[in-house]
Amino acid sequence: METILNITNLGKTYNSAGKTLAVLDNINFSVIAGSTNAIVGPSGSGKTTLLGLCAGLDRSSTGIVELNGIKLGELSEDQRAQVRNQHVGFIFQNFQLLPTLTALENVMVPLELRGEKNIKTRSLDLLDKVGLADRGHHYPAQLSGGEQQRVSLARAFSNQPKILFADEPTGNLDAETSEKVVKLIFDLNREAGTTLVLVTHDLDLAAKTQRIIRIKGGKVVSDDKTILNA
Amino acid sequence: MDNTPGNYKRKLNIPWLFEMAWRDSRRNRSRLFLFISSIIFGIAALVAIYSFGFNLKKDVDNQAATLIGSDLAIYSNKPVNPPMQHLIDSLGDRRSQEKSFASMILFPKSGGTRLVQIRALQGEFPYYGSLETTPVSAGTAFKKGKMALVDQTLMLQFNVKVNDSIKVGNVTFLIAGTLNKAPGQTNVASNIAPIVYIPMQYLDQTNLLEKGSRINYNFYYKYDHKVDINKLTKKLEPRLDKAGLNYDTIDTKKENTGRAFGDLTRFLSLVGFIALLLGCVGVASAIHIYVREKIASIAIMRCLGVKAYEAFLIYLIQITGIGLLGSVIGAVLGSVVQHLMPLIFKDFLPISISTDTSWMAIAQGVLLGVIISILFALLPLIAIRNISPLNTLRISYENLNLLRDPLRWFVYLLIVAFIITFTYFQLDNWLASVFFTIGIFIAFLVLTLIAKLLMYLVKIFIKSSWSYLWRQGFANLYRPNNQTVILIVSIGLSTAFICTLFFIQSMLVKQVALSASANQANMILFDIQNKQEKDVADITRTHHLPVIQQVPVVTIRLDKINGKTEADLQKDTSLKFNKYVFANEYRVTYRDTLTVTEKLTDGDWVGHATKKGEVPISVEERWAKHNHLKVGDHLTFNVQGMQVATKINSIRVVNWNKMQTNFLVVFPKGVIDDAPQFHVLLTHVPTKAASAKFQQDVVKKFPNISMIDLGFILSVLDDLMNKLGDIISFMAMFSIITGVVVLIASVRISKYQRIQESVLLRTMGASRKQILAITGIEYFFLGALSAATGILIAFAGSWLLAKYSFDIPFNANMLPALLLFLGIGILTILIGLFNSRGILNKPPLEILRRDV
Repeated sequence: METILNITNLGKTYNSAGKTLAVLDNINFSVIAGSTNAIVGPSGSGKTTLLGLCAGLDRSSTGIVELNGIKLGELSEDQRAQVRNQHVGFIFQNFQLLPTLTALENVMVPLELRGEKNIKTRSLDLLDKVGLADRGHHYPAQLSGGEQQRVSLARAFSNQPKILFADEPTGNLDAETSEKVVKLIFDLNREAGTTLVLVTHDLDLAAKTQRIIRIKGGKVVSDDKTILNA
Repeated sequence: MDNTPGNYKRKLNIPWLFEMAWRDSRRNRSRLFLFISSIIFGIAALVAIYSFGFNLKKDVDNQAATLIGSDLAIYSNKPVNPPMQHLIDSLGDRRSQEKSFASMILFPKSGGTRLVQIRALQGEFPYYGSLETTPVSAGTAFKKGKMALVDQTLMLQFNVKVNDSIKVGNVTFLIAGTLNKAPGQTNVASNIAPIVYIPMQYLDQTNLLEKGSRINYNFYYKYDHKVDINKLTKKLEPRLDKAGLNYDTIDTKKENTGRAFGDLTRFLSLVGFIALLLGCVGVASAIHIYVREKIASIAIMRCLGVKAYEAFLIYLIQITGIGLLGSVIGAVLGSVVQHLMPLIFKDFLPISISTDTSWMAIAQGVLLGVIISILFALLPLIAIRNISPLNTLRISYENLNLLRDPLRWFVYLLIVAFIITFTYFQLDNWLASVFFTIGIFIAFLVLTLIAKLLMYLVKIFIKSSWSYLWRQGFANLYRPNNQTVILIVSIGLSTAFICTLFFIQSMLVKQVALSASANQANMILFDIQNKQEKDVADITRTHHLPVIQQVPVVTIRLDKINGKTEADLQKDTSLKFNKYVFANEYRVTYRDTLTVTEKLTDGDWVGHATKKGEVPISVEERWAKHNHLKVGDHLTFNVQGMQVATKINSIRVVNWNKMQTNFLVVFPKGVIDDAPQFHVLLTHVPTKAASAKFQQDVVKKFPNISMIDLGFILSVLDDLMNKLGDIISFMAMFSIITGVVVLIASVRISKYQRIQESVLLRTMGASRKQILAITGIEYFFLGALSAATGILIAFAGSWLLAKYSFDIPFNANMLPALLLFLGIGILTILIGLFNSRGILNKPPLEILRRDV
């Protein structure tokens, strides 16, 4: 089985008011390509920081993050940006759509950055898959929370990422909408064969993944690979 | 994809960056335009001034011949000696002569009198252009008889008409026409010294050319055959110089006038540039806030793979585009405003100015606008490079400190270099440009420090016992993202301009008016001949007026200083005399005592002397300092052809502010008492009517005597100050409008920033009235602090000007300052409330939804 993400001895510290604060300490795990994984833990446990480091949004203080064979710690921020554009998709709790771009344009951006052709048709197809084919010309402010998250999903899959990182993807949605969005995430993930790493404290959502990594106080306290190994 | 780190280069996709810049601006265009509108009026000012400058230069070039009225003009302030007269008579194919001097005239119909400039003309002058008169024919017809041309301001002032008469000296002239404009004459000059033309052949009969009178001798030449005037004047120059004569040709006039007005337009463009800089500070502040708001969007883009410099370029393109738009609008506005410039400056211009659209001015303005908006926007924009994609997950405090980028020092350097370079192009002097830039920097620094101090004072002034509304209104002045500093700088500077103008104008007028009080002299009679001295004093007393002072005046020239002549001065550059020290005529007096306005600072006063040996004289302190003279130095004067050797025996400090006869050089009694001289008499007239009656009587009996009364000086000064005031106000207007635009932009920005808070307050039950009160309090104090800062600076500036430049007591008129303070306070409240009405009038939910 191919490993898409390999975390070795990962640590992250912050300096605040002259004191060093360790947010993550000696984290080790690997993620198998095409698998679905959840990182769970209470508020302040360091799960969002871990996601940020895995996705190359930040540099670790110690340890190695290897994404698709690329050691992110050796890259500059601009090089990491290119890695993200090539291999990574994101879904955020607060959707993080560009407010000045229409839904369609938001989906198109990753493809435009890659300089790809026929992106409009492909982006419209993706919007169609998330049920928003007719809302492409709407701005984020004109969409409901659920609709915004669906646009965010379409955008996340637009560059056909090898790995998708989701940070509390249902955190800002009601139960009914959450269910629909979760279904979409898993359906699209299955269809595209993408690896999914989601951060949540919703245990029901985490239970839908093949593997649950629990962290507390910046350390991995359990790594349940039951379903994955089954 | 190759996974080695070296292969992450992606080709820069310029069209996509433009497209993103366009897309991203879509929801913000009105705001971006509002930011950049701060520079519109600065650009408009510069384009208007540049257009005016280009048209002025073109018009001076085209009309230079009519400015001088001849091919060659030679000027002298003393009678020309016979050999020089021979030369003068040999020049030109056609020639004219003019003698001009100040004299009283009398309007027999009304009995009115006025000091004017008499020009006695002989010949066909002007050869180019004309004496503009009504009727037109009068310009040439007046030379055929005992007729005069009278300046239009005089005709209006004394309510006289063509075919009435005026008395000049002993001769009564028929008014042949109204003089609308003489060659090269400006309205200001004709208001101060209105012109009356008379034919030269009647000049002697007027009996006005008494010895001692200050007469200018002008000679005008026209060449009908082709002559290289420049070659000719180059040949003549040494002889003319030696004889103390000046000359003008069409080319020198073109050059001198062009240079003078070039200096004017360059000075004005610096004033316009200050308005532009104010706007730029506003732009930088607005863009800083804009970038802060864009952190989330930029972080998302970075997450999706946009590189740091690509994100930076997207916003740079946006700002450049908006800067270009603002500059173009400013340039169009400037091209419209330039039509006002000839109207504003009409009284100071000797020619008519066209208002053609100057594409060069527009291009310069647009280029300048784009460069400067980019430069100032760069400060906040470079911070975009440091916005981490991590901000999508959580906004980090460190990333909010956008101004901690070391590259900002490079941007500061670019801004300073640009200001110095721009100023250099206006001043043509690097040192002056550096000083101007330092001056600007200090002005901004002082304003910023005052703003910070006021904010600090407000902070410690607030008491917890105050009502919430007051505390909140005040707190808005210093809390994060406040606009206090930028508004105090922009509005404060504009207010300082205007207020200084008001202060200085009122101080100068008050100073002149003060000298009219009590028994101080307020009327001077000069050109009194020896034989008239007693009679004039008698007539003064007959009118129950005091003879405050009666002083003899002798006109002399300086030939040598410590044995060195003018020729030595030209040869020896180590001599430190003023270059005009030998060229000037000196009007000196002789007496045996010091006056109340004089005080010795060095040496001993000698009141009496004989013609034997060196004469002990007293010189004025500033004149001595200027020419590096000290007690014991030897000066040789030419007293009406006779050499008089003197020694500086004392140096006096003189209070020139009193209306009194004061002299640079004072002789002791017994040396020049018999030299040809005239007398000056000082008196005090209590009322306008008494002044008019006295003047009529004196002019009728002694037509050669000229009189100036303080009322006249006051009216001229007031008129001049008003005209200058119009120009300064016009220029300050650009800064004020810029200040208002910055204010509107800042209010709009803060509206976006505070919308959540206001909505929250309303959600929690705050009434419309309460929100209105908080906003009103905040903006009133914002306006009040800005205006107070400007007035404070105006106070300091006026005090410095009064003390060091005008040498008058500081006595500011507080009424205009108070009105300005209230005006700006009220204007700020109105703008603040007007722009906040969206929050007040709409339900909270609607605003929340719209501004998601």
